[in-house]
Amino acid sequence: MNRRLRLALGGVGAVLVGVALWEGYKAVGDPDGTVLFGARVLPRTDDAAMPHVWTVLSRFGDPELAGGDPIWLVVLQACLFTLRSVAIGFVAGALVGLLLAVLMQRLRVVERGLLPYVILSQTVPLIALAPVIAGWGGRLAIGPYPWQPWMSVTVIALYLAFFPVAVGMLRGLQSPAPIAEELMRSYAAGWWRTLVKLRLPASTPYLFPALRLAAAAAVVGAVVGEISTGTRGGVGRLVIEYSREATTDPAKVFTAMVGAAALGLAVAAIVGLGEFLVGRRRVRA
Amino acid sequence: MRKLIRVAGAALALSALMLTACGTADEPTPSGAGGTTKVKLQLQWFVQGQFAGYIAAADQGFYREQGLDVEILEGGVDIVPQTVLAQGQADFAIAWVPKALASREQGAEITNIGQIFQRSGTYQVSFASSNITSPADLRGKKVGNWGFGNEFELFAAMTKAGLDPGKDVTLVQQQFDMQGLLRKDIDAAQAMSYNEYAQLLEAKDPATGQLYKPEAFTVLDWNKEGTAMLQDAVWANTSKLSDQSYQDTAVKFLAASIKGWAYCRDNPEACRDLVVKRGSKLGASHQLWQVNETNKLVWPSPAGAGVIDEAAWKATVDLSMTTKNADGQTVLTKAPEGLAYTNDYVRKALDTLKSQNVDVNGTGFTPKTVTLNEGGV
Repeated sequence: MNRRLRLALGGVGAVLVGVALWEGYKAVGDPDGTVLFGARVLPRTDDAAMPHVWTVLSRFGDPELAGGDPIWLVVLQACLFTLRSVAIGFVAGALVGLLLAVLMQRLRVVERGLLPYVILSQTVPLIALAPVIAGWGGRLAIGPYPWQPWMSVTVIALYLAFFPVAVGMLRGLQSPAPIAEELMRSYAAGWWRTLVKLRLPASTPYLFPALRLAAAAAVVGAVVGEISTGTRGGVGRLVIEYSREATTDPAKVFTAMVGAAALGLAVAAIVGLGEFLVGRRRVRA
Repeated sequence: MRKLIRVAGAALALSALMLTACGTADEPTPSGAGGTTKVKLQLQWFVQGQFAGYIAAADQGFYREQGLDVEILEGGVDIVPQTVLAQGQADFAIAWVPKALASREQGAEITNIGQIFQRSGTYQVSFASSNITSPADLRGKKVGNWGFGNEFELFAAMTKAGLDPGKDVTLVQQQFDMQGLLRKDIDAAQAMSYNEYAQLLEAKDPATGQLYKPEAFTVLDWNKEGTAMLQDAVWANTSKLSDQSYQDTAVKFLAASIKGWAYCRDNPEACRDLVVKRGSKLGASHQLWQVNETNKLVWPSPAGAGVIDEAAWKATVDLSMTTKNADGQTVLTKAPEGLAYTNDYVRKALDTLKSQNVDVNGTGFTPKTVTLNEGGV
């Protein structure tokens, strides 16, 4: 209980520190920013560049458009829309990553051949990739269901999410000491048994950090994918839509950014909860 | 090694199997419900007043009258409509002529079949106090532009005025908003008459506490400077144009679209409401301004809406071949080859509309005076 209380206090404290830093810099910083040798090294602090935290918060309560839904509701709905792409992309990406890791662990030659491509895949810039994926998607249909724009976003999320899992799990599956592997061999355990009884349990310390990275990557992938392909409904689209109004309503775009950040935190929390539950079960077992 | 080949072969076979299972939706699906033809239209950007005519045609049932079931696909930051069209994922696309011609030179097989915007809507806006009244005054200034092919008219004007865009001005990459100009990070900013210019007039002048007045700004209008290029046009897939049914669809699509634009000319408020209903996130007064300004680009249309004016086309092509960008490249290296544009389909579409007594010239068109509210609400 005490630990949980401390955790909650820590969370609230972190938010307060963030707010204090924002408002503190806004209070002391030069309204026109700090320019060194012609390059602005510190951002401007005027209300258009850095609206007050309370301006952004109160903007959440105001309607998005005259007579429309309040912004908090619009942003929440957008986050839930994006969450679908994130969740499917994350789960599918984790499975793909896991599969690749097992394959690479099983066959040395696959590891040698595949690993460079796995790494190469992450050096392709997203803005080049997103229209291509959206383009392929337009030609596909899953059985009777036509391809939906959010599915392209899901694929982009998957594309970013599989990487940390593939690399982390490969490391995890290779982590058991040779002596443990030899023990399994002495039991005449086959590859599958060794995988299930030894390698997978041994890889959990590698799995969860990898999953956290994958979750963050899936959120980034989904938001950037939505921005790039203009997919309607998600929080990435809101960021673009609201940024166009930044001339007259600078707080609005921050509401969408707060929403995107909250989405990332929520997904990270879900992964953390999963880790907590798995850890507890293992302790009991 | 042999084992590896077998594994690879199996993987290939498996992925091929999965792809065929997915099936392609590439083949045209000529008949939808009730014998209508399904048509996909790719826009350059999100739904907004700039596309009011197509939205009106869809939501007022003009496409349905022509037996078309039109799906409007929104654009995005990295969506290039002419590429989507050339790849076959849309039947028609809206794109600016110079950008589309550049894609064409790189191999996209597309044809302009209807020049909806007869005029250019691009301005270069500066504070009146900066005294930038002609392109030559841009010398030594910080000149904002969006890049990605939206800056050709500006570069053409600077070249015409004897400036080297790469050396004589400081080029600044502009954001989606106009804060750069208002904070004077940029001396002259690019703005569309129907969008960013309105954003300026929706912003409060900190000196007076009132909204900025048009007198506060100087506008360089490329139509007046003689470097305007053709903008929003309807592009079709060139190779599919040899197909009779696609030709018929093109005529019907143009007829219904132009009817939509005529509807928006006569009912700007109704069109604003249609755009808002389609989920545009921009405010109501901003949206009405946008419909009204877009109307000015379409109407009046002496030769008939959508007809490609040969002189304007030639001017656009010439500017595209002679204007150098910041890297010294021209938009086009040679004159467009093949069927770059045709008036065949739009003329047939106009005949259809004239027989329905639709005014396709808009000779008596008078734009409204729209009052913008703060933030465009």
